[in-house]
Formats: sequence, C-alpha cells, structure tokens
Amino acid sequence: MRGIWVMAGITLREAARRKILWTALLAATLLLAVFAIALRLQVLEFQGRPMSPFVRYQVESGMLMVGLYTCDLLAVVMTILTSIDTLAGEISSGTIHAIATKPIARWQIFAGKFLGFTGMITAFVAITFAGTIGVAYAATGVLPEHPLHGFVLITLECILVLALTFLLGTWFSTLTNGVLALGIQGVAFMGGWLEQVSGFSQSGHIVTLGVISSLILPSESLWRRAAYVMQTPMAGSLSFSPFANVSIPSVTAVAYAVVYLACMLGVAIYHFDRRDL
Amino acid sequence: MLLGLVRPTGGEATVLGAPAGDVTVRRRIGFLPEDFRFYDWLTASELLRFHGRLCGMSEGKLQQRIPDVLELVGISVHADRRLRGFSKGMLQRLGLGQALIHEPDIIFLDEPTSGLDPMGRRMVRDVIRAQRDRGATVFLNSHLLSEIEVTCDRVAFIKDGELVAEQELKTFSPDGFRVTVHAANVSPEALAGLSRWTSTLSAAAGALSFGVTSKDVLPDILRYLVNSGADVFRFTPEPLSLEDLFVKLVGEDCGL
Repeated sequence: MRGIWVMAGITLREAARRKILWTALLAATLLLAVFAIALRLQVLEFQGRPMSPFVRYQVESGMLMVGLYTCDLLAVVMTILTSIDTLAGEISSGTIHAIATKPIARWQIFAGKFLGFTGMITAFVAITFAGTIGVAYAATGVLPEHPLHGFVLITLECILVLALTFLLGTWFSTLTNGVLALGIQGVAFMGGWLEQVSGFSQSGHIVTLGVISSLILPSESLWRRAAYVMQTPMAGSLSFSPFANVSIPSVTAVAYAVVYLACMLGVAIYHFDRRDL
Repeated sequence: MLLGLVRPTGGEATVLGAPAGDVTVRRRIGFLPEDFRFYDWLTASELLRFHGRLCGMSEGKLQQRIPDVLELVGISVHADRRLRGFSKGMLQRLGLGQALIHEPDIIFLDEPTSGLDPMGRRMVRDVIRAQRDRGATVFLNSHLLSEIEVTCDRVAFIKDGELVAEQELKTFSPDGFRVTVHAANVSPEALAGLSRWTSTLSAAAGALSFGVTSKDVLPDILRYLVNSGADVFRFTPEPLSLEDLFVKLVGEDCGL
C-alpha cells in the first residue's frame, strides 16, 4: 500500500510544483471576482426599488445558483484538462518505464495517481464552492439549502469525469483522450438539457434521448441533483435553466453514477495492468 | 519483458528465481531505460528520493544513500537543481543513479552511455565495474560494441529476438585477422589468386581489404602479391574485433 501513497504524494506535489492547482485557483478567483461584482450591481439595482422579499429572494437565489453552476462547469473542465496527460502522457513519453519497473504493482500506480487527483480536485471544488457561497452570502445574505449535500454531489461529478479521463488514458494518447472526454461530457451536458426541455414539452422521444445521454455519462445528472438539493422547491420550480426542478434525477441516478464510477475504475485498472508499456 | 513492461505471448522466464515481471523481486532489480524521461519539475535529490521510496527504502536510509549515489554518478553539485535545466548527459547520470539507489542485485542498463562525453562514458564503465565487484550482475544492452568489449565479461548477440551467439570476453581471442593492403599494379589475375586464402575480398581505390583465419598465412600472401608484380606500400593485419564478430554473426545489414 505504501506505493499508493508515494504515487498520490508525487501527484499532489506535481500539481503544486507545476502550478496546476494555483493556476486553476487563479481562474476561479477571477470567476469569483466577476460574480461578486455582478451581485453587488444587482444589490444596488434593488436598493430603493419597491420589491417583495419573495421576488428579491428568488432573484438572489437564482444568482447564487448561476455562481455555483459556473463553479461546477469550471471544476469539470479543470478536471479534464489537468488529468488527461497523467497516464497517457507518461506512457507515450516513456516516463512510466522507470516507475513501472519498481517494486510497485500497476494498480497501485493507477490508484495513487487517481487518489492524488481526487485530493486536488476535491480541494479545488471545496475552495471555489465555499468561495461562491461566501461571496453570495456577504452580498445578499442568501445561503443554499443543504450545501454539504450539494458539495458532495458536485465533487462526485468531477471524480466521475476524472475516472473517464483515466480510463481513456489507458488506451489513447493525451490529445485523443482530451477530445473524447470533452465529447462524452458534451453528450452528458446535452442529455441534461434534453431532460429539462422534455419536462416542458412532454415529448417522450426527447425524454428517452435525454435519459440515454445521461446514461452514457451520468455527470450532468449529478449536477442537476445537486441543484435540486441546494434550492428551495419554490425557487427551483420557477425557471427554465440548468438548475430548474423540471426533471430531477432520482437517488437511483446517483447510485447509478457511483456504480458507473466503480465500473470505469475497474475496467481502467484491468486494462492498465495488462497492456504493454 | 523480464521487468514486466511487456507481456510475453508465450513461454516462461524467471528472474532471481521468480517469474519474469514479479513485483516483489523487482526490489532487487535496477533499470535504466534507453528512452528515459523523468519528472523535470523535481530536483535530482527529490527524484532519487521518489524512486527510493518506490523501492521501499526508509527515509533514514535515503538520507544516507542519496548523497552517495549523487557522488557516484558525479552530479553532487547539482543535487538541488531541477531536472528541467539538466543536459542529456546529466540526465543520463541521474538515470543511472535511480537504477542503483536501492543497491539491486541485477541491473539492466539500456544504452547507458548514449549522450555522454568521454568522461561520462568512463564514469559509467567505472560504476559498472564497481557494481560487479560488489556482487551485482549488470546487463549492458548497447550497440556500441567497443564499450561492451572494454566493460563486459560476457556478450550475447541477439538477432530478430533470437540469441545467435554467446562469448566470454575474458577469453575472447578471435581466430582471424582483417588485412588492409595499399598497393598499385595489382592485376586481375593476382586478385583472383587471393581466393586461395580468403573469401571476403574487397578492392577499391588502391586498397584491398580481406579477412584471413590465421596469421601464419600473412607472409605467404605478402610474398604472393610482390611476386605477382604488385607495388605494395602498406600491409596492415589487425585482429578481428567484437564488431567484426558481430558482423560475421548477424550479417552486414541486419536492420537492427
């Protein structure tokens, strides 16, 4: 087991030393700054205007969800961009040769790297998630419902995408891995929207297509579940957006995502263990 | 395959009594890949610490061993420098260091002198001899046969994945010579007559080159050429080298 911790440690150190995590946090800080300015402008706009507390809450709660949705998108993209090279790149460059010939099983190399990235991505989501909520609370006093539950679902979404890039990385080059991962995430993203649209249009075909897209990669389902748990039922039902409570993924969808994650990791480790390096 | 990087399609092999590729036995194996790459954001000391920890070495042991290994491969002064700024030769030295960090019993070195200057090549030879003297077995894989000739105890030639010959180099005394003759007025008949001593004759621009199996025939050949009317300016016999043996065994253009 020692090998796993050595690999996890070197992965985290790489993230820090190569400024991967810091650059990602800089991007998140920029995002938070824009978000804070937007909220402030919104608050100034509302000042002196006759408005019911209910409407005001709806708008400010909606702004918070916009911030969290952007934070979620950024975390998913960062997950893909930072992790596509870790296995694929080391295999194609030959860096893996000096490592895989040490007394450490290949599954431990895989698990160590995956743990390291999971730690880095969890930290990134925690910082950006807390930052977004903190900025919104400071400007408007609005807090999400069940923030911890939402955080866990968003983190699980990123880990699911991470498992996808690791799985693809055992087969394909860095570039192919990135293109495929973004493409599959795009299908999942579209699936989420199709399910939202079908909630209004009541089209059975669109529902089916949306469900199939979400089954291909259930990452977007996790975001929609997170959006559902972080809003009051009233707030979630009043808009047509990525966080509207139109088509809410069930707990079974979350369980499917967890099983999907386990299967991806299992297949990836099996293939990495058996392939020539 | 012996290290587990490539899976065999058939057959079986053992290393130190364990099946080839066994994880546990790799604790006793060191490896320098030919086309090696390392994390260039680490310093030389950090890289050795990382590989040492992968080999299960304790922090206390590493504290002692890392300076020794850096000294051994001649890059002590660069211990805290990031690999990004290292030359190919310095990386090659460090690669050798990571292969030796855990004092393995078997060491596989794939083209260890590529990219090294003459001092670096001498250092590699000294390191290999030191490892041999402490009881380790070193597999030196190289196309630089002159390096092998001065470093190794035994040599094996592989062609198309098949072992074609093995040779003890301590007792290597090839039974033959390559002769180079610079001469003028060598008639076609005289050239044809050389076939009684050699079958590997080549002639170009006033120089003849051929191999013979014994030095006893050299005076006869020289006498024959002079008597046939040739003006001989230089007659140079040289013992066959390992390279000649290689060419003889695997052919002129083996496509390796």
